[in-house]
Amino acid sequence: MQDRQNVIDIGRLQYRWREGLPLVLDIDELGIQRGERVFIKGASGSGKSTLLSLMAGVLSPEQGQLNILGQELTHMKGAQRDAFRADHIGFVFQMFNLLPYLSVIDNVTLPLHFSARKKSKVAQPEQEAERLLAHLDLSGSGILSRPVSELSVGQQQRVAAARALIGSPEILIADEPTSALDTDRREAFIKLLLSECDASDTTLVFVSHDDSLRSYFDRSIALGDINLASSQGE
Amino acid sequence: MPILQLAYKSLLNRRLTAVLTLISIALSVTLLLGVEKLRNESRSSFANTISATDLIVGARSGSTQLLLYSVFRIGSATNNISWQSYEELSQHPKVKWSIPISLGDSHRGFRVMGTTTDYFQHYRYSRNKGLGFASGLAFNTLYEAVLGADVAQELGYVSGQQIVIAHGAGDISLVSHDDKPFRVVGILNKTGTPVDRTIHVSLQAIEAIHVDWQGGAKLPGFQINAEQAERMALQPKSITAFMLGLKSRLATFRVLREINEYKQEPLLAIMPGVALQELWDMMGVAEKALLAISAFVVVVGLTGMVTVILTSLNERRREMAILRSVGAKPMHIFGLILGEAITLTLLGSALGLLLLYGLLVFAQPIIESQFGLFIAISWPSTYEWKLLLAVIGSGIVISILPAYRAYRYSLADGMSIRI
Repeated sequence: MQDRQNVIDIGRLQYRWREGLPLVLDIDELGIQRGERVFIKGASGSGKSTLLSLMAGVLSPEQGQLNILGQELTHMKGAQRDAFRADHIGFVFQMFNLLPYLSVIDNVTLPLHFSARKKSKVAQPEQEAERLLAHLDLSGSGILSRPVSELSVGQQQRVAAARALIGSPEILIADEPTSALDTDRREAFIKLLLSECDASDTTLVFVSHDDSLRSYFDRSIALGDINLASSQGE
Repeated sequence: MPILQLAYKSLLNRRLTAVLTLISIALSVTLLLGVEKLRNESRSSFANTISATDLIVGARSGSTQLLLYSVFRIGSATNNISWQSYEELSQHPKVKWSIPISLGDSHRGFRVMGTTTDYFQHYRYSRNKGLGFASGLAFNTLYEAVLGADVAQELGYVSGQQIVIAHGAGDISLVSHDDKPFRVVGILNKTGTPVDRTIHVSLQAIEAIHVDWQGGAKLPGFQINAEQAERMALQPKSITAFMLGLKSRLATFRVLREINEYKQEPLLAIMPGVALQELWDMMGVAEKALLAISAFVVVVGLTGMVTVILTSLNERRREMAILRSVGAKPMHIFGLILGEAITLTLLGSALGLLLLYGLLVFAQPIIESQFGLFIAISWPSTYEWKLLLAVIGSGIVISILPAYRAYRYSLADGMSIRI
């Protein structure tokens, strides 16, 4: 469990929403290595959003170990976990990832305002944002100058990926990022995401209920198998 | 931290509701400060109705009543005082000057006041301002009248105009002194006091028009025409009240007591400053009610803002989840909402202040000409700044409610996006 290669190390982790309610999550052991691309499969209600919130430090477990990048999150206070997330983690949601009142570039550079560490890694935020967007097949003033609400869902998800990748976080967590995309775009999006993670040596934790995607990843984990609480329902 | 910049851009995104909120805050601030300004100016204008007069003396009644009929020409005296008492008291060694006044007649709704030319010399208002003539002169012969500025303006009278005085104070009087018409010889400058609404004639003229009257009615079959009256001895037997200026202010209380204990006739002396203050305190309830109402309007404006922010919170949960995902702390979310409220309150207050002064510049001449109330366009007073600060402060304090709610949301929601 104390494998130094693991960027995420979970041991006997338990979580419930409130005291008296049944456990939502009960994971005996889960380790994810540096640079790994892990696919976590889970149906809705299997506790996957809870697991991701725990990994990102938004929620705090009832008991157990939650070690990210060698740091024990369970020992941190809320504000410390927020700062930790800002510094080390990129996050992509299922949909509606962007702030409608910010430009494409401002959306991408948003994390730099909350993390001095990410900011220090990016000398020129705008150029870096444009570079990342170009890698994700979004370039040209035509797209960059448009209000984000006018972008297609696929384009919005790629902007969100660029935002998650800026400042080279160690871990990128994606929560069903492709569920709003059609099959062709889904594949293209995953390929772009994977190649960007490769380029920046970022560990990718990708969660989806869609089993057909798992062939793109190094490893696949079924949450239902490792979550001892899932059989009890939510 | 560019959290304020985020708040600004987020607000810009909701500019329609933001502008409406701004307008409601601005209007309520304008109303509050406007009422306060008007209240102050009318109070000081009220207190300035009469100055330099140390005592007003009339028949024994209430001090407010005496003030009302002698200074404001409202209501009437229950009793007159004898000329003899006036003569005696005006010769008092402490008295510097005296002005007798005699009321009871009117002209088209304006009160006619009999007095002496001392009135034009000694009467003071608004910190020692004297009466000046806009045109013409004081009355000199018997059937001459001097008009207050409003009388001349509203009735369109100029010097040389013939006027007929009606008996009694009513607007429409059935009996008039049409056998003895007066000629306008002078018009006074505007003062913003009841002087503007008064027609001044000599005491002898009041005597002359009543020479063939008795007990409020014309004596039947007995008539003395204008020329005959002029030749008669027109020494008044009684007057309504008189004003006294003393040689030394220090003597005021002594003279006041002497007059109130005057043996020959029951008299009442009042100090106009004190009586004015009493009267204002009586009317102060209305004035305070007005201020209270405008304070409530501010509360409504601020509550509107909080309502708008609270309503927007639900649709902004996604925005907060996104911010949380990129590393924003719940405190940032708190600051975002509070920042928005502070921006709205500050901008609204500034806008309200601007609107107030804009309105003042526009309305000042109208208010002055219509109500004789001069509103100085000056930098807000300390009290007005305090009111403004109270508005901004309460805006910030009640915004803690939506900010705290957003904080709770963002703790509970974390990064799960609720749509």
